[in-house]
Amino acid sequence: MPNRLETYFDRLERTRVWKSIFRSGTGSSTLHNALAIQQNLFLHLFPTKVRKRMVSLSATWYLGTLTLGTFFILVGTGVVLMLYYHPSVPQAYSDVKDLRFVVSSGLFLRNLHRWSAHAMVFLAFAHMFRVFYRGAYRAPREFNWVVGVILLLVTLLLSYTGYLLPWDQLAFWAITVGTNISSAVPLVGDKIRFLLLGGHQVNANALLRFYVLHTVILPLSAVLFLAVHFWRIRKDGGLYVRQSEPGNVENSAQPASEEKKQS
Amino acid sequence: MPTMNTTPHPELASHEVELDRRKFFTQLGLGSLGVAAAGTLAFYYRYLSPNVLFEPSPIVNVGRTENFPTGSVTLDVDSAIYLVHIAEGFFSLSAICTHLGCMTAWKPELNMIACPCHGSRFNREGKKLAGPAPKPLPWLKLWLSDDDELMVDRSITIPELQFLRV
Repeated sequence: MPNRLETYFDRLERTRVWKSIFRSGTGSSTLHNALAIQQNLFLHLFPTKVRKRMVSLSATWYLGTLTLGTFFILVGTGVVLMLYYHPSVPQAYSDVKDLRFVVSSGLFLRNLHRWSAHAMVFLAFAHMFRVFYRGAYRAPREFNWVVGVILLLVTLLLSYTGYLLPWDQLAFWAITVGTNISSAVPLVGDKIRFLLLGGHQVNANALLRFYVLHTVILPLSAVLFLAVHFWRIRKDGGLYVRQSEPGNVENSAQPASEEKKQS
Repeated sequence: MPTMNTTPHPELASHEVELDRRKFFTQLGLGSLGVAAAGTLAFYYRYLSPNVLFEPSPIVNVGRTENFPTGSVTLDVDSAIYLVHIAEGFFSLSAICTHLGCMTAWKPELNMIACPCHGSRFNREGKKLAGPAPKPLPWLKLWLSDDDELMVDRSITIPELQFLRV
């Protein structure tokens, strides 16, 4: 049985269609493995070679990857939620209610969207704590830390703009309070609030603006900065693993007792 | 190289003039890009500021004075104002909390105005009693229309303790 499967795959890999997609061809050599990564649009952001301990659970607890995972869930569920949601004052609230009580699987998709949003904020913070306490923000990764801070802000703004969309009392007053906080900015605060709401109060313009921010502008900027974030990991020498860093005590020939004294 | 510091060779000098022209065009190009960027910013700033707003008028007709007996504090939820009638006369307060814009409510059992969001409390004249609110509730312009109806302009605040006597 496995034999037949192998020959099937061998034949598949020899077809012209397969070769037109996976140009590097097959083979288990280091070169082939590297080419398979390098010649793929999605994978070429990543390093062609990764040390095994860099991808072990203990190195990062996979917190960044999990944050990305929640982002993918949010994009997937968000796009299908958009098919039933109208960002208008008479419809927004009842559309969300319909998603809960009328649309098949709507309750599940909406709850998945909501809980993934909470999880993404939590995981982004956990990821940053992990990076911070491991010292992985230090040179040469200081630029990527700043990209990460931008991504945190985008994440929080995505949560905040999504908060208004159910158009219930909680949403209305939360956005009233939040935009009033933005008007505390010296000199231009009231203008920022006016531009954000498209008016003086949380109304139809505000709902539409938050919808466009939530579904177009902020996700696109998140994707852009995510791309920079991953590309930068490769450029900065891969994921941070303490043992692999030059100058770390574990890497030197010092005895373990010395090591303890230094830390 | 000490020769670099002496008077330049005529060819070198003309070379420098050429560099200057290049610099000039670079600056001209960058300058026009800057102007275009500033114009784009101004263009979008104006585009994003709506010229017509479909928001309710700031002027509200509250109704006839008989509806507000002496000692009453009435909250109009739709327009977010209080109409208060005490012995000194009528006055109107904004019901929008001066902290972060939540709508306050009159608590008759406590004899005070309370904000549900962050716990600010005010007395019936709008003076702050407790909580994070930085300012008292503003007094709004109140007058009697020709049809003897109370009118409030929510966009105009007046000094405190200016009562309307009818």
